[in-house]
Amino acid sequence: MSLRNSVLAATAMSLVTASGAFAETVTIATVNNGDMIRMQGLTDDFTAKTGHVVEWVTLEENVLRQRVTTDISTKGGAFDIMTIGMYETPIWGANGWLVPLDDLSAEYDADDILPAMAGGLSYEGTLYAAPFYGESSMIMYRTDLMEKAGLEMPKAPTWTFIREAAAKMTDRANDINGICLRGKAGWGEGGAFITAMSNSFGARWFDEDWNAQFDTEAWANTLNFYKGMMDESGPAGYATNGFNENLSLFQQGKCGMWIDATVAASFVTNPNDSTVADKVSFALAPDNGLGKRSNWLWAWALAIPAGTQKEAAAKLFVEWATSKSYIELVAANEGWANVPPGARKSLYENPEYMKVPFAQMTLDSILSANPENPTVDPVPYVGVQFAAIPEFAGIATEVSQEFSAAYAGQQTVEEALAKAQALTNDAMEAAGYR
Amino acid sequence: MARTVTQKRKIINTAAAWSVGLLIFFPILWTILTSFKTEAQAIADPPLFLGFDWTLENYAAVMERSNYGRFLWNSIVIAGGSTILGIIIAVPAAWSMAFVPSKRTKDILLWMLSTKMLPAVGVLYPIYLLFIRLGILDTKIGLVIVLMLINLPIIVWMLYTYFKEIPGEILEAARMDGATLKEEVLYVLTPMAIPGIASTLLLNVILAWNEAFWTLNLTAAKAAPLTAFIASYSSPEGLFYAKLSAASTMAIAPILILGWFSQKQLVSGLTFGAVK
Repeated sequence: MSLRNSVLAATAMSLVTASGAFAETVTIATVNNGDMIRMQGLTDDFTAKTGHVVEWVTLEENVLRQRVTTDISTKGGAFDIMTIGMYETPIWGANGWLVPLDDLSAEYDADDILPAMAGGLSYEGTLYAAPFYGESSMIMYRTDLMEKAGLEMPKAPTWTFIREAAAKMTDRANDINGICLRGKAGWGEGGAFITAMSNSFGARWFDEDWNAQFDTEAWANTLNFYKGMMDESGPAGYATNGFNENLSLFQQGKCGMWIDATVAASFVTNPNDSTVADKVSFALAPDNGLGKRSNWLWAWALAIPAGTQKEAAAKLFVEWATSKSYIELVAANEGWANVPPGARKSLYENPEYMKVPFAQMTLDSILSANPENPTVDPVPYVGVQFAAIPEFAGIATEVSQEFSAAYAGQQTVEEALAKAQALTNDAMEAAGYR
Repeated sequence: MARTVTQKRKIINTAAAWSVGLLIFFPILWTILTSFKTEAQAIADPPLFLGFDWTLENYAAVMERSNYGRFLWNSIVIAGGSTILGIIIAVPAAWSMAFVPSKRTKDILLWMLSTKMLPAVGVLYPIYLLFIRLGILDTKIGLVIVLMLINLPIIVWMLYTYFKEIPGEILEAARMDGATLKEEVLYVLTPMAIPGIASTLLLNVILAWNEAFWTLNLTAAKAAPLTAFIASYSSPEGLFYAKLSAASTMAIAPILILGWFSQKQLVSGLTFGAVK
């Protein structure tokens, strides 16, 4: 072998070795929803750009929560990237379980992230998870039924209007319910809805000394209003309805109004799935004139567990998946209506995206929720439809079970609130807050 | 004296048995039917039973998105491995309990069974930490060990009941003929207990195949079996019931076929001895 050939062979070998050492396989745990599945299908773009391979572990939301919490709290290292929400991020960031995302590239443009999202995914001013998509909640309503009822939906309605409209739109003979809302037990299901609704009634979970507030008039008003309206105009068995059940009812034309996650807008306006796709419009979640609306704020975000051996590759993936160029990639492949919404300011400055019927209302809803000042009276916690403390998920699940039992008529609203008050105070005392 | 069964009673019994059978099988049938519907048809009200346009689009979507073959292979290795390992340990254990009992044998058997009553989540963290220390998180061998351990009480109990039905004199005769302990268990006891061992084996394969707590919590991308495959199609925010049904049908199909072909052994095994 000539010297030239030897040098070429050695160079080739070293390049192969170097590229082999560089190419990593990163494992990502994620939730099963349309946006995440779309990202899974576009991963080849990331691999082509970086050489890194991605292995996906897709799980149902509750299974994912349990799985990633077990792994990160034991430093298991099974995942290099985790999909987590606004509830977990500040808690895990405070525990030192996540890699701070304070050194993202200039090209990434972290300042472009919507302030409400960045705030909810930070701890003490440091971003710990990059928002993949953000959502709030809003009213989705049937324009034909509203017109038939002789009403016009204001852009920012009150609860009084919603109750009246629901009653007028209800047509039991034709199986049309004026309003569909979550009632299902679970802190992320009915618990999230009633907490966000209670904010607009002037209620709060805790006072500034972490005392439970379910014995207040504001909570009694919230629950009595909800139950009264749903008994009048809601679907049968609403106490067990969650997002999917209401989506199914709305798509089949059985709901006049539905107040739920803004991401539902793309489902109900999709003619392939929805029988009422061309008869839907949107409005801000209702209020009571107290300065707080009843919409929530949530983001599914990508975080890197501290201690992962593949931090550099994981960071590259997080940057890729939550970048402006990823949004453009989705738009080019699947259209603007399918890009992950609610994370970046620049998306809402894009005239193409603003043509999507629910774009402006999604942005308005997100901007009207403030996780750092969610209630009429001051609270010691961050979060609109949750309190970002580790104990909340367990307590709120139990509280929502009591509320669901009241919706189902198994106990009175007063009994449910009394039990919620007692169990919350007990749990907070046991946890050392009181 | 044999009881006479009238023709009318026979018909009633048969109809009742079929009704109960169909009732039990209906959720599986509905899952299979839903897997051939579109997502819109899957949530139609009133529900569509057979009158819909059958489609394979859900199967195509599932095959495109997931590596079904890898999940299937993991399930085969985990269910098969844990059952074989369990049988290897349980045969001598059940032999000693059946043929050389002590006064504490019944207590030990009950204690073994009582471990099945502990909620699995109660030991999740200790097991998870052990797996991390041993470096067997997200490995098939780790799951083989765990599933073998959680099913071992049932395997021992079942084998113990079968062995108790075998006359001890046969083993004594073998011993008198000069058989060693190993030869006695391997060449005398095991061949006589083959039907019992086979039904125990089948039942444990089914139990291991369907196990969905440890297989979800101790795996990530590499060792995840079909239970994780199904979980990846469940979503509380989005109606993907048709795809979920297609994934479920693909996950249960192998074990359903196995159960179908081995139902005689399963039934005879389950109605034998103390479990009848």
